[in-house]
Amino acid sequence: MPPADTTADDDTTPHGPTADGSAAPGAPALPEALDAAAARTARDGRSVLHRLEALLPRVSKPVQYVGGELNATTKEWDCAGPATVRWALMYPDAYEVGVPNQGVMILYEVLNERVDALAERTYAVWPDLEALMREHGVPQFTVDGHRPVGDFDLLGVSFATELGYTNLLTALDLAGVPLRSAERTEEHPLVVAGGHAAFNPEPVADFLDAVVLGDGEQAVLAVTDLVRAFKEEGSPGGREELLLRLARSGVVYVPRFYDVAYGDDGALASVAPNRDGVPWRVVKHTVMDLDAWPYPKQPLVPLAESVHERMSVEIFRGCTRGCRFCQAGMITRPVRERSAEGIGAMVQKGLEATGFEEVGLLSLSSADHSEIAEVTKGLADRYEGTETGLSLPSTRVDAFNIELANELSRNGRRSGLTFAPEGGSERLRRVINKMVSEEDLIATVATAFANGWRQVKLYFMCGLPTETDEDVLQIAEMAKRVIATGRQVSGRSDIRCTVSIGGFVPKPHTPFQWAPQLSHEETDARLAKLRDAIRSDRRYGRAIGFRYHDGKPGVVEGLLSRGDRRLADVVEAVWRDGGRFDGWSEHFSYERWERVAQRVLAAHGLDVDWYTTRERDLDEVLPWDHLDSGLDKDWLWEDWQEALSGVEVDDCRWTPCFDCGVCPTTDTSIQVGPSGRPMLPLSVVRASGVLEGAGTSAGGTP
Amino acid sequence: MASRTPEGPPPPPAVQRLRLRYARRERLRFSSHRDFQRALERALRRAEVPMAYSAGFSPHPKVSYAGAAPTGSASEAEYVEIAVTARCDPERLRAALDAALPPGLDVLEVVEVPLHGATPLADLLEAGVWEVALLGVGEAEARRAVDALLAAGSAEVERVTTKGRRVLDVRPAVLRLDVVDPAAARSTTGRALAASSAASGEPCAILHLVVRHAAPAVRPDDVLTALRGVSDLAPPEAPRATRLAQGPLLEGAAAVADPLAAERGAVGV
Ligand code: B12
Ligand code: SF4
Repeated sequence: MPPADTTADDDTTPHGPTADGSAAPGAPALPEALDAAAARTARDGRSVLHRLEALLPRVSKPVQYVGGELNATTKEWDCAGPATVRWALMYPDAYEVGVPNQGVMILYEVLNERVDALAERTYAVWPDLEALMREHGVPQFTVDGHRPVGDFDLLGVSFATELGYTNLLTALDLAGVPLRSAERTEEHPLVVAGGHAAFNPEPVADFLDAVVLGDGEQAVLAVTDLVRAFKEEGSPGGREELLLRLARSGVVYVPRFYDVAYGDDGALASVAPNRDGVPWRVVKHTVMDLDAWPYPKQPLVPLAESVHERMSVEIFRGCTRGCRFCQAGMITRPVRERSAEGIGAMVQKGLEATGFEEVGLLSLSSADHSEIAEVTKGLADRYEGTETGLSLPSTRVDAFNIELANELSRNGRRSGLTFAPEGGSERLRRVINKMVSEEDLIATVATAFANGWRQVKLYFMCGLPTETDEDVLQIAEMAKRVIATGRQVSGRSDIRCTVSIGGFVPKPHTPFQWAPQLSHEETDARLAKLRDAIRSDRRYGRAIGFRYHDGKPGVVEGLLSRGDRRLADVVEAVWRDGGRFDGWSEHFSYERWERVAQRVLAAHGLDVDWYTTRERDLDEVLPWDHLDSGLDKDWLWEDWQEALSGVEVDDCRWTPCFDCGVCPTTDTSIQVGPSGRPMLPLSVVRASGVLEGAGTSAGGTP
Repeated sequence: MASRTPEGPPPPPAVQRLRLRYARRERLRFSSHRDFQRALERALRRAEVPMAYSAGFSPHPKVSYAGAAPTGSASEAEYVEIAVTARCDPERLRAALDAALPPGLDVLEVVEVPLHGATPLADLLEAGVWEVALLGVGEAEARRAVDALLAAGSAEVERVTTKGRRVLDVRPAVLRLDVVDPAAARSTTGRALAASSAASGEPCAILHLVVRHAAPAVRPDDVLTALRGVSDLAPPEAPRATRLAQGPLLEGAAAVADPLAAERGAVGV
């Protein structure tokens, strides 16, 4: 987890309004706040920068609130007249986490390229600024034009994780937008969610007006078209009509047009549309031909330090490796590759536009790209001697190839390699369909050590279906073998292996969506045994690092991941109780979530366990059944059954289609290379325009 | 890793040194020195400046920074020195770097200095000239506070740093402190605030301050704290400080000279 830059001591903890709607201590609703609200109804997008600037000397890292990044865009509020479609895009976490986010960057550019639309960005403000904004009546603002978020037509929120939900509520409240969709009027933006954690938006459905499932590029354009047409017609029928048009178009899911009924056992009985023409199921969006969508073309370069200090180029989308725990892989099928040529061009243009010194080749499993060898070699050749580094953030152990790693580290850094076997035992790896044998891993590791690498990181999960203590203890054995192999192959003693463990959280739209989650007590007990097994080993114990988080945050993630609409009251009550920045260990309070959730859920005769540690069966209506990721529910169930009996499934890129359902449902197909369009050779050592006697144009970048 | 030796030939040597003056304006005054360092290094790459790199495992471009203005205050006079491996045209370099930095971080001047033997920047920057605009404070009130501070033999203020609280005497570092006519404001912010005060009738005092650079550095907000200590001056709005100049102290006068002037002549650019 990224480190916090503010530590919340007692005077800076958030003071949201209290449950009875009055202001909490430290958050007085001053008359100024009312003025601000009145001024806001004009919705003229007037900048609040001068009011904000007065507060900034009093907060930590003020630069995160001022915008002004290289490649940022601020368009005129009326750039296309009154029908201009205005989007505020929010990443509901701190600026330093949100600003490098690719999803938001892409949508920001795609929207700003349109003459009839504009997009600005907004992020979660830290509790120190939140308190000052409340005190001085400064609304949630965009960092581009410092315009009040409440003035925009749409507020698009990107949910990468469920732990961003409470931060959305802070932003809505600071923006003067009612938390509940049902209470909003013509005066308020439409709140539209997207991103992976919006694939089951039900726990926050009451706070959202609409949800985009899947890739956002074309979807935001379609929404923009509909909103513009509606504004041009004079907004007939108001907000309800606009939402109906959006829902009927099938572009978005509009939760209010679906009624949810519950059975006596507490589970859902049905979810059904309550308006004519609203589809029973909403299907996700899939962008085909990534080469036609080379975004971001002008990546943002923040002044403030961010969690991701490099430029990223997405080399493909989707993954059909079929790891059964991986929601990202399941919901982004089928695989669509960008060509080597397209990647090369994006890297070149992006570096020119940003000056970043590292490029990450991003995807769910980067070494799987059909042209990865050409791409890495081509880029390493091209940038040889320029201090430009390359990295492959997500790389699978079996696809990993040391030659690739050597190319990537040509400039000399050969510090550590990361592998993710995920499951400790061979049996468990069959259950999760992570087809890596220990022999393969050890062989790869041996090659790595022989090539000068000294450190290996291994990622695992704890709490996987059918897992026992034995499976987890195998992790210690594997780590010891890695050290032993390393010492033997390299003849050195400074070999290290770090074991990093995350708790498994069952996710919607995966074969494990029916699985029971392990309780945090059992998770912690299992990991304590593993830690002891590692520490007590005299020969290898000291060479093995052990990193894990306790099981509690996973319980909250699990509650929200597979939750239904009844959780809106929990999320709101947690927020009113002060819940903020749940992805940050120094702000996250399990005690608060647990206390509030149990109280609120008791009214429905439910508890947290019902949502987390309970196993579901095939007949149960799942809260996301009406949201179509393309995966056939029967196929998912079959895969779940095969998991339980340890049967693996292949990758459809290399074996015949196994009928997961995605391609026919979304009318798509696999797009993999080799594309036959190689990377263009390009020499980057050009004559710089700043040299003495250079051409007439001053300025290095054309 | 520590025991490995870097591969390949040593980095090409520096053939030219250049000093830059830049401004940090408007909302980018909230950027910290570290933020600027990152931005500059990226801008140098974007502008394809042939930077000289240090040798070693993680080579870094040769840039030396001198006494950055504190986060939150604007500046018209920040200085940086760079070393390059191919001779650059100072004006082309200035324009290219300025274009590669975000608006608000503006490169104003680039001057070549001798490769060896130039007085280090840090030694040249003996003192700084500041303008502080106090919106909501009348001239008379400001003058009373300034007179009281100048009359005092010492003025201790407490500052909370990352390392805890420390007490420093502001008075010896204050070489000059004046309340000037708002019409004489020199910074963009000072002029804008003076103009809006003239229009609205809300008072606005403009201070000019010359501080000697010492360790620990005395900042404009320390001087304001000191002013508050010796009088009841309490600006209702956050004070807006801009560094107008830095340089060698002029003999006998509480003013600074242009730190690039000497070198500009010496190299004959
Ligand atoms: C780079 C990366 C990071 C970086 C940068 C994060 C950042 N600020 O963006 C770092 C290293 C910091 C990081 C951290 C974490 N990450 Co991460 N990360 C990734 C990675 C590799 C790429 C993400 C990406 O840029 N994708 C490409 C963009 C274009 O896709 P996208 O964001 O989904 O956006 C598209 C759509 O979703 C949609 N969309 C998105 N938002 C919106 C909003 C609206 C309004 C609309 C209409 C549409 C829309 O449109 C976009 C374009 O099509 C992914 C794996 C992957 N390839 O996706 C993992 C991944 C997203 N991360 C993951 C995890 C678990 C984390 C951490 C929680 C890890 C941890 N334990 O600390 C943290 C959480 C950080 C945080 N608080 O957000 C998981 C998420 C698991 C899940 N939800 O099921 C993933 C999928 C990896 C995995 N397989 O497990 N991560
Ligand atoms: S439908 Fe077939 S080809 Fe398409 S992703 Fe699923 S298994 Fe692969």
